[in-house]
Amino acid sequence: MESSKRSFLKIAGISALGLGAKPVFDVMASSGEMAKPKTMKGPKALLAKRWGMVIDTRKLRTEEDLKPMIEICNKIHNVPHYDNPLHEIKWIWSEEFENDFPMQEADFLDDRLKHMPFLTLCNHCNQPPCVRVCPTKATFKREDGIVMMDYHRCIGCRFCMAACPYGSRSFNFRDPRPFIKKLYTGYPTRTKGVVEKCDFCSERLAVGEMPGCVEVSKGALAFGDLDDPNSEVRKLLRDNYAIRRKPALGTGPSVFYIV
Amino acid sequence: MLEKALTGTKRYYGWIAALLVVIGVGFGCYLWQFRFGLGITGMSRDVSWGFYIAQFTFLVGVAASAVMVVLPYYLHNYKAFGRITILGEFLAVASVTMCILFVFVDLGQPIRIMNVLLHPTPNSILFWDMIVLNGYLFLNIIVGWKVLEAERNNVAPAGWLKPLIYLSIPWAVSIHTVTAYLYCGLPGRGFWLTAILAPRFLASAFAAGPAFLILLCMLVRKITKFDPGKEQIQSLGKVVAYATCVSMFFFLCEVFVALYSRIPEETAHLKYLFVGLHGHGVLVPWMWTSVILTSVAIILLVNPVTRKNETVLALACVAVFIGTWIDKGLGMISGGFIPNPFNQVTEYVPTLPEIAIAVGVWALGFLILTALYKIAVTVKEEVAGLI
Repeated sequence: MESSKRSFLKIAGISALGLGAKPVFDVMASSGEMAKPKTMKGPKALLAKRWGMVIDTRKLRTEEDLKPMIEICNKIHNVPHYDNPLHEIKWIWSEEFENDFPMQEADFLDDRLKHMPFLTLCNHCNQPPCVRVCPTKATFKREDGIVMMDYHRCIGCRFCMAACPYGSRSFNFRDPRPFIKKLYTGYPTRTKGVVEKCDFCSERLAVGEMPGCVEVSKGALAFGDLDDPNSEVRKLLRDNYAIRRKPALGTGPSVFYIV
Repeated sequence: MLEKALTGTKRYYGWIAALLVVIGVGFGCYLWQFRFGLGITGMSRDVSWGFYIAQFTFLVGVAASAVMVVLPYYLHNYKAFGRITILGEFLAVASVTMCILFVFVDLGQPIRIMNVLLHPTPNSILFWDMIVLNGYLFLNIIVGWKVLEAERNNVAPAGWLKPLIYLSIPWAVSIHTVTAYLYCGLPGRGFWLTAILAPRFLASAFAAGPAFLILLCMLVRKITKFDPGKEQIQSLGKVVAYATCVSMFFFLCEVFVALYSRIPEETAHLKYLFVGLHGHGVLVPWMWTSVILTSVAIILLVNPVTRKNETVLALACVAVFIGTWIDKGLGMISGGFIPNPFNQVTEYVPTLPEIAIAVGVWALGFLILTALYKIAVTVKEEVAGLI
């Protein structure tokens, strides 16, 4: 008697489990027939063959002029602020001419240019050394020229930082989350032990918006397709003489400075 | 044979215990680093590699130097070195293990280390470094162990070992070449961007490695019944003498190119290391110590009268070892990062926990070295009928 009661309960339990599990099996069976997951571009996404930026330094004279661009970037990318300069995370910041262009020093440079702040960010090189050295492909170049980071794959070896001739990369020497002024939910925060840098606001381009810094630049920054002869950036480069950082290294920076 | 590492004198156990304490302290500090992040070190955005990677670079050299005893014995049939090849190979095993550990403790996300295998990337030199270092480790463990076992059983080593032994010779050169390629292929790092970096690394490796091996041979002779031999030590002394000369010559070639061409990107790093730059120069006294130690050692080693005096030889070997350690373990990495790509100076000084972790890794290497040498020496004593 006792044993038949137990076996009844057992059978009842298994059938209940079976009924409950049916939808799960259905899903698993159908997913087996499905092809690999596809990534598709958003309907509003901005597309290009090679994204590039032209900075008109004639319109950016003082630190005050640069401030809105730096601030918006830090805000929408959850860039932490540290008091210890050794641990600094920088995506876009200001440097003097002689620091950004050490091989192009001009002895009798106009004082205006000499002490003028230059906007400094990742150059999204055409031949990026950082991508070449990464042992896990955690940093990679997209088809549209943007040099990106996969924060979940990076092992934190920092080879890319040694390889970057522009000092564009930062490493999370500690957990950055407590040092983010105000959490922005539109972009992931990072963890300790990974490298990060500017990614030309790929997350904004994907939904049809221009990079944050370009949007607040009041026309001082132009962003567009370097591969398209009719783009605004190409027009600017046709009409003005522009320089790039350390062109002799052959990295092919995609950020141009009109001086 | 492994059991021979488990029995020993009180002094042997005491030494092991002392090493374990140092390893324990290092491990404790590593746990702290694991929780907090690499922020507990002195590294920064500008000097993004520090003490760990520098130790790694230096120790790759010590590991590669095993070839200096293997090559003369197996390729030139220089019989005398047959007595000490095992000491060279086991030193290589301990050194490569330290190298791998130093790369590991330098990682920001160590738990993701298998990503290097999950996403193999042949265009990264680090990928190749992983292959050559692990390959070299296995080659030396297999060759060292099987040859020692054959010696113990009084039989000739198995035939299949020969190809592995021959392979280990170019492989030794490869580990330091690939390690140099980590640095010398980077655009914009003028200090490293030199075709002579790999040869320079090899020359200083063949100086520091055999110098350390000489000191180990002397130590083995003093505390065990096995005598590695006077001729062996003297032959190694000549290797150290000429390798140190070549290393110094390569360094002076670098100095000439930088100072005569006067290209700022070439000179800035040397200036920082030897006279200071923009008012910064923590490494200046260290670098001059290195140059002086190496110069004095060259005089003592090249002169046969002083080289044949074993006390002087030992002192010269200490000088070569420390001089090379400063050059590669302090100057080479910091010097490459300072000044930074903006021609600004951010100095680097390792922190105490960082040093404790590094010393812990060294202690672990010495623990492996002690155990392996204990096995090798006991087998040698038995074969010679000394115990």
